[in-house]
This record gives sequence, structure tokens and C-alpha cells, in this order.
Amino acid sequence: MADVTMRVWRGDASGGDFEDYTVAQNEGEVVLDVIHRIQATEAPDLACRWNCKAGKCGSCAAEINGKPRLMCMTRMDDLPEGPVTVTPMKTFPIIRDLVTDVSFNFAMAERVPALLPPPMPEDGYRMFQEDVERGQEFRKCIECFMCQDVCHVIRDHEENKQYYAGPRFFIRYAELEMHPLDQNDRRDYVRDEMGLGYCNITKCCTEVCPEHIKITDNAIIPLKERVVDANYDPVAWLGRKIRRRTKRTATEAGVQPAP
Amino acid sequence: MTTSPYEHHEYDVLIIGAGGAGLRAAIEAKQRGLSVGIVTKSLLGKAHTVMAEGGMAAAMGNVSSEDNWRVHFRDTMRGGKMLNNYRMAELHAKESPDRVRELEQWGALFDRTKDGKILQRDFGGHRYARLAHVGDRTGLELIRTLQQKVVSMGTDVFMECKVLQLVHDESGRVAGAVAYWRPTGEFVTFAAKSVILASGGVGKSWKFTSNSWESTGDGHAMALWAGAELIDMECIQFHPTGMVWPLSVRGLLVTEGVRGDGGVLRNSEGERFMFNYVADMFRAETAESEEEGDRWYEDHSAGRRPPELLPRDEVARAINAEVKAGRGTPHGGVYLDIGTRRSAEYIRRRLPSMYHQFMELAGVDITREAMEIGPTCHYIMGGVKVDADTAATKVAGLYAAGEVAAGLHGANRLGGNSLSDLVVFGRRAGMAASDYVEGGSGPSGFDWGEVETAVARALAPFENEGGENPYDIQRDLQEMMQANVGIIRTGDEIELAINELETFTERVKNISVKGGRAYNPGWNLATDLPSMITVSKCTSRGARDRKESRGGHTREDFPKASAEYGTFNLAHTIAGGTWEGQITTERSPLLTMPDELKSLLEEGK
Repeated sequence: MADVTMRVWRGDASGGDFEDYTVAQNEGEVVLDVIHRIQATEAPDLACRWNCKAGKCGSCAAEINGKPRLMCMTRMDDLPEGPVTVTPMKTFPIIRDLVTDVSFNFAMAERVPALLPPPMPEDGYRMFQEDVERGQEFRKCIECFMCQDVCHVIRDHEENKQYYAGPRFFIRYAELEMHPLDQNDRRDYVRDEMGLGYCNITKCCTEVCPEHIKITDNAIIPLKERVVDANYDPVAWLGRKIRRRTKRTATEAGVQPAP
Repeated sequence: MTTSPYEHHEYDVLIIGAGGAGLRAAIEAKQRGLSVGIVTKSLLGKAHTVMAEGGMAAAMGNVSSEDNWRVHFRDTMRGGKMLNNYRMAELHAKESPDRVRELEQWGALFDRTKDGKILQRDFGGHRYARLAHVGDRTGLELIRTLQQKVVSMGTDVFMECKVLQLVHDESGRVAGAVAYWRPTGEFVTFAAKSVILASGGVGKSWKFTSNSWESTGDGHAMALWAGAELIDMECIQFHPTGMVWPLSVRGLLVTEGVRGDGGVLRNSEGERFMFNYVADMFRAETAESEEEGDRWYEDHSAGRRPPELLPRDEVARAINAEVKAGRGTPHGGVYLDIGTRRSAEYIRRRLPSMYHQFMELAGVDITREAMEIGPTCHYIMGGVKVDADTAATKVAGLYAAGEVAAGLHGANRLGGNSLSDLVVFGRRAGMAASDYVEGGSGPSGFDWGEVETAVARALAPFENEGGENPYDIQRDLQEMMQANVGIIRTGDEIELAINELETFTERVKNISVKGGRAYNPGWNLATDLPSMITVSKCTSRGARDRKESRGGHTREDFPKASAEYGTFNLAHTIAGGTWEGQITTERSPLLTMPDELKSLLEEGK
């Protein structure tokens, strides 16, 4: 097979530039194979993050010809002829070369109020397949953070990160909201603290999801509807005022320890 | 205590590794109110646990009501060819169901039976449908559940931080560890009252492997250097079904769930060859004809299990023999066919990751075409010798759980017994380490000399001029181990490997790395190589000394199991606490099994 030119961004927080590497390629290879070949020969210090090389861990996300992709699942022969550019994810600060600082996501994970189930019966909980399937779709998430990378609310607006959890965490909140065992209510929290309203459902996140999770249709839109229901349904509003709430608001609920 | 010249942290319990075992151990120690630090080479949630596909074995009896811990114990011992630590197999079989159920309290969503219980699937070597699962991504479910629990408890996690070696106090108790941050290359020290190793496996020392870059045997090597014993290091599981094509994904795992859900193996002549490879030990419970095997898939009481579901070592050897006999596929594997046996809808629902993996990486639609598969290095049964109840090693304050520990699986691990191993013994390690800390028997100091030695060694590749590229050494090591200590072994080749490994030791001392310390994969690899070579030495020595074939150790020159060799493990220790030290390999007798457990092994034979 013909050699290929890889145009790889090299640098760190202080700046950097593209460097071209012309390397051999073999039948059936993915972008990560070629990056590994560059590492093993010309540039052993070329930084890239990877683990499973099977599309299961989500470590090797980068922007290939400008689009967020998993390097391990992008076949070279699917890319157009000519040089292939590989750049780090744009939404996160650069550590080095193709590796970014994704700690924003781990900070958001710490702020998720945990599942609050009822006490477990001795022989375990009973749940039904059709009830767990909705959550299972969201739990396919491999945390590659490409949906966060492509989300325009934070891609070009660093200042929004403090108010906005992003699509990865909206599916997490949707999963907990739809979890058959959960007794927390995070609807106010996801609106007030996690910025659900900033999302204007352009579906960019859904398009890049390597697990084909319907982030917008199955998680964000239903979550928005639930938030609306909780806040603008006058009957529910009145009901909450009169009765003591059986469900806590998420900020209260968030401190409830799970067993 | 001397002031550290580096970033320094102190914990009651330090956990090295953030896969299933490490996270489960952390939960246990956190629940006891102790301070816990977890150190991981990667980001949180990326550990090799995510690669586990098929499920976690637990005798809950939700699908087969006949199932119970006794049968699970028996299956585990027989699958391990009786080299197991019986007490670990007993505890594991008894405790797995509770460990699976508790995951649902923390948010796991397993597939369900019609009456709403956790669904269980059939797997190789398990007499009954026993694997709790979520499609074919059970490992991801396990790690995400534990990760979310650990995060909600406010645990300190040091991500992308590589531990170089353990540190002792002056009396030889473990006192912590020295590590470096991969993003910056800066060193960091941890003083800890107890340390739990949960660092996973060693598979990256072989060329065709399902393991990620992380599986370099760091925990195995660290434990050995620190004074612990390694056992059963010759017992390496070559998973029968790895992808063989394209070459770049050779070794990538294809879940055993494909066979559990109806997939069969065929050679290039279309023959279901596994019927020709049923060992005497499994004859009574294995189907004799394709018709009987197929009946079993429809109704388990209408026939016996098909031979495709024999334990992994049996299937891997059979595939190897077929390819060697010239009945392999164009790319040197055999065919795994589910497309002609199940509907496309069923396959996509039960095996979604496999469907995508083959579609995207090989351009093969598994609902219509057969997969080409062959054995791939997958798991090491051997590891740190531990006490069954406490996961304690020989070194005071040091515990080990998960793949880095040995004993539960004997000479061969059954599919599904790994995920349950992680949570059963992760929890036990967490409990025992906490007891040790609460009992006040922690270390009385911290040997800074060990820290300085480790730091100097780690930095040496920057000082060397004109030395070797670490990637060249890694590639040569992988090819050498694949060729000489692979799935089928002979005495001559093993001797060759043992000699070669001495050369590798010298080559590692002469590594040069380019660039700085911040996120430098070449340097990171240079610091992994001493572990890879240390564990390869133990594997080779064990393979040389075990002059028989048993489970994940097959000797062409000693093709049968020997009763004598079935009475001991091979235990390795190292002199001088350094990786260049002389390794000693000795026979270590198996524990004596109580009669009531022995009698369980006879049942249903």
C-alpha cells in the first residue's frame, strides 16, 4: 500500500504546530495503528491517550480531519485520499500533543447526586427488561467525551463550563431520572445548576456518539420535558405547595447517601 | 519522618489500580471511615475491566434453579484442573451472588428474566446458566457502577499516575509507594499504612493479546521485588476466540457469549470439529452429536452441552490443532458462526458490541458471515500468592486482589469468574487492609532510600546517550515470548526464552528516550519494561519446571497432566528486592481440601 502523510498537531499549553510524518500503512489499519507506528519509529515522545483499541474504553478520542472520532475505530481506508490531520479535542485544555485535560468531566461527575434506591429485599430487586432498557442505552456510554467536545455551548465558550454539565452528563441525569429504583429528584438541579436550558438541541452530540446513543432524542428532550413538567404544570406546582413533597429537590436529595 | 522532596500524600489504605478489584476494595475501606487513595496509570473508568464482555458468574439460580454454590465451586475447581486454592474457590462461589446483587444498589442495570430477576447466560465450563450480564458489555457496567459509587463517596483518585515500586519501613512492612504523574513526569510519594495491589495482568508481553498497553505486570513485579511470592506464573490463558484479521486488530477479543448464545466453531472444511476434542474429564456432560448439542440450546434438559462450551484451555488447544493440521481459514484461524444459526435481530440485541466490532474493523456482518477467530493471550491465572480469606501477601500490610492475585482460578480460569473474582476478593482485601490499619499494626517509617533508588532508575533513560529505543525492546520481547512461551511450549524453546530474557535485562539498562518527562509515552514504556521482563522470567521459569500439561500451560514434550505435578504450585521469589536480582523457583504444596468439599467434586461426574 502507498505511504500516507499524517499531519499531527504537536505542542503543549504554550503552543504548537502541525508536524508531517510520512509512514507506511497496511490493509485494514485504523488511525491509531498509524499513530503507534509513528511513536515506535520517528517520535517515541508523541503523546496520545489509548487503552483498549477496541472502541470500548473511549480513551483515544481526537479530531481526525476536523471531526471528533475514536482513533481506534476510524479505518484509514475510509478517509479521503491525501494527508490526514489529527488534532486534539478542542474543548479541553491541551496537556501535550493529542492528549487533553479532561478533568472538567470528572469534576462534573463528582457533582451528580447519587442513586437513591429503596432498601434491597433479601433476594434482590425486581425490575423488568422494558424498564431497564432506557437506562441501559445511556449506560453504554464509554466516556470518550466527544459529545462534550462537539457541544457548541462549551466548545468556544470556556466561561460556560461552570454552568453547564454537557451531553455526557445529561444522559447520566436522564438515566438516573428513568432508573426504576431511584427516589431522588434532580429536575430543579439539572435546570438550575447543570444548565440543561443552554442546550438548544442541535444534535451535534448524537452525531458523534460512537455508541450510537440517541443523546438528544432519548435523553435531553425527555429530560427537558420532565423539568418543564416539574415547574410549569400549575396542578403539580399547587400540589407541591399544599402537600409536603414526597420527592425532595435534587439539591437536598444530592446529599442523601446511597447504601 | 523526613520531608519528601516530592509531592507527598498520606493514606490509611493506598490502592494501586482502578479496575473492578481496586474500586471494590476502595468502597470497603471508605465505608469503614478510613482515608483511601487510588492510583491508576490511566483515567478513571478505562481499566481493562471494561473489556470483559460476557458476564459475571454467580450461582443465583435465577435461570437454572438447580444451581448453587456447590456446583459453582465444582466447576471452578475442575476448570482450574485442581490447581486452585480451594478456599478461594469456595469463598468465591458462596459470595458472588451477594456481590452481584449489591451492584444494583449502586445503579447497575443487568438484563432481566421475564419475572424481573437478573438474567443469567450460559458460558464455557459452567454447568448451569450462571453469568449475570448486560448484553456483551458487562465489564463496562461493572466498572461504571463501581466508579460512580467511589466518586460519590469522595475518594481521592490519582489518574495517569504510574507507581514505580513499593516502599517499606525498616522492619520490612509495606509503608507506601513511589510514583510519577504521566502528564508532568513529576514524582509523587505515598505513605500508607496498608497497600492493596489491584493492578491487573501481564498480557502486553505477548504479541497477540487482548490486553491494553497497561497490562505490563506492574503489580506482579512490584510484589515480587517487595518480598512477596508469585505462583502459577506459567498458567496463562489464551482465549480461544480473538480476531485474526485485519492484522492490526489481531488478538482483539470476541466474547465467549457468542458460543453461549448459539455460535459454533467450524474448520475450513465446514466441520464442527470440537466434537473430536472432548477430554475424558468432560465426556459425561458433553453432547455426542450436533443434534444433541443443538437440542440443548433450545431446552437444557433435552440434551447435553455442546463441546464449543468446554473450558477455554480445551477450546484454544483444539483450534490450534486444527490450524496446524491445515484446516484453518485463509488468515490462520477457524470460523465462528452464529449468523446461520440465529436471527439478525437476536444477534444485534444480544451481541451489539461484537456486531459493531466486526462491521467497523473487519467489514464483516456477523449476522450473515462467519467470524475468523483464533487464540489470543488474555489472562494470567498466576500472580501474587495470597491468603484466601484476607488477600494478604507474605509482606505485612500488602494485599492483592483481582488478576494480580493467584489461586482462585488454578491452571485455567472459567469465563465469567473474573468479574466476580474482582468484587469478591476486592471487598475482602479492603476489609482485611482496614482491619490491619485499625489494629494499629501499620509501618513505623518510610524508607526514603528506596524512593531515591527508584527515581534514579526511572530517570536513567534520559542520561543514556545513543541507547536503544524502548519500542524496539518491547516489540522484540513480545515476539520472543509469543514464539517461545506461547500457547504450546517445549523445553528447548523455554530455555531459549530464559536465556534471552537475560539479554533483555541488559538491553533495558541501555535505553535512551527522546524528549521531556511530560506525557512522554516512550519514557513511560521504558519504566514499564522492567515489570514486563520480570514477569516474563517467572512465566518462563514456571513453564520450564512444570513438566506436564495442565490448563493454561501446554507442553508439547509432556502432553499429559501428571498426578505428581498436580500437588503443588511453583512459587517464585527474588533476591535483593531489585529487578536484576536472582529469581528462585520452588515447589509449594497445595492446601489440603476438607473431605466435604472433596466429595462435591465427584458429583455429576
